[in-house]
Amino acid sequence: MSQAPIYTEYHPRWYRRRVSTYWWLRRPSYLVFILREVSSLFVAWFVVFTLLQIHALSEGAESYQRFQEWSKNPVVVIVNVVALFFVVLHSITWFKLAPQAMVVRFRGKRVPALWIAGPNYAAWLLVSVVVAWIVLGG
Amino acid sequence: MADTITLQVARYRPEAETEPTFQEYQTPCRKDWVVLDALNYIKDKVDGTLSFRWSCRMGICGSCGMTVNGEPKLTCATFLTDYAPGPVRVEPLRNFPIVRDLVIEMSDFMRKLVQVKPWIIRAEEKPLSEGEYLQTPEEMDEYKQFSMCINCMLCYSACPVYGLDPHFVGPAAIALAQRYNLDSRDQGASERLDLLSDHTGIWGCTFVGECTKACPKSVDPAASIQRYKLKTALEWFKSFLMPRGAR
Repeated sequence: MSQAPIYTEYHPRWYRRRVSTYWWLRRPSYLVFILREVSSLFVAWFVVFTLLQIHALSEGAESYQRFQEWSKNPVVVIVNVVALFFVVLHSITWFKLAPQAMVVRFRGKRVPALWIAGPNYAAWLLVSVVVAWIVLGG
Repeated sequence: MADTITLQVARYRPEAETEPTFQEYQTPCRKDWVVLDALNYIKDKVDGTLSFRWSCRMGICGSCGMTVNGEPKLTCATFLTDYAPGPVRVEPLRNFPIVRDLVIEMSDFMRKLVQVKPWIIRAEEKPLSEGEYLQTPEEMDEYKQFSMCINCMLCYSACPVYGLDPHFVGPAAIALAQRYNLDSRDQGASERLDLLSDHTGIWGCTFVGECTKACPKSVDPAASIQRYKLKTALEWFKSFLMPRGAR
């Protein structure tokens, strides 16, 4: 009976390439992906911003006035504009990915991707309009 | 139309070189020629020392995957004329160690394929006398897409997660696990769960989506991984709400 060959794990002659630190600049889809990952930081920033706002509100009118003054600071405005860009990017790509993760069947057939992504975008738009109406109208 | 094209082919001769180099070859550029035809032309007529894998020439065997102008491609399905006037840069698949020239080392992938138990698992086999396990066309449609995988490893080459962390089970192996999980005849989903729900399994995937773009068989491994994420998340939620329910 022959013995099974034993191969060594150590192969000094195999050439192993290292992944470049800047691999995500190599193609646009990698870049979009990394931007989407980074967007989570800005989502977190908006959460912090909202918590600060609520905290200021709970401390009374004067404190809220100070918060509003602070949020008019050009640096804060710029950070918020950048954060808004990333949050919008995050939301658009998130809903775009939804059809790949969800399989919905209608009369035995898989529904087209637009049927899943569409209502998501519509609901997002509707909620945004309602929030804008409350904030701007109130 | 130019009737020749330049191929810049990656060479790695471990007995003589410490890292890969490029060698240029002129080959005919015929309308019906794919990159693999040009490589075979080089091997037969120009330089017999060039090493590469190939077999069926028709997108079934999955042997001839290489990086063509930076993209993972089956060289038997990549036409030279699409790259005219050239040059065409042919390199081995990314994210794998290189054995020689265009030949990569794939035993890591082979090991992962076996780990996901890609066969039908039954809690109890029924006796032969009761006949085969029947399946409706609808039940087959559930998993058929994922059964089209030819193990060409283009998705591993396209996946930056696998490039950065070789412990990641990877797109094709997870899609294959899903192929069996979604099969109405299979009862082995719980046996595959521990490996797949690990951080090197589905949760290693960050949904770059490049595996799906690279796949020559429209398997859509990214979708299989996300569907499984959704399913395990729901299972976890259910077990959280009903701790006594069996897994």
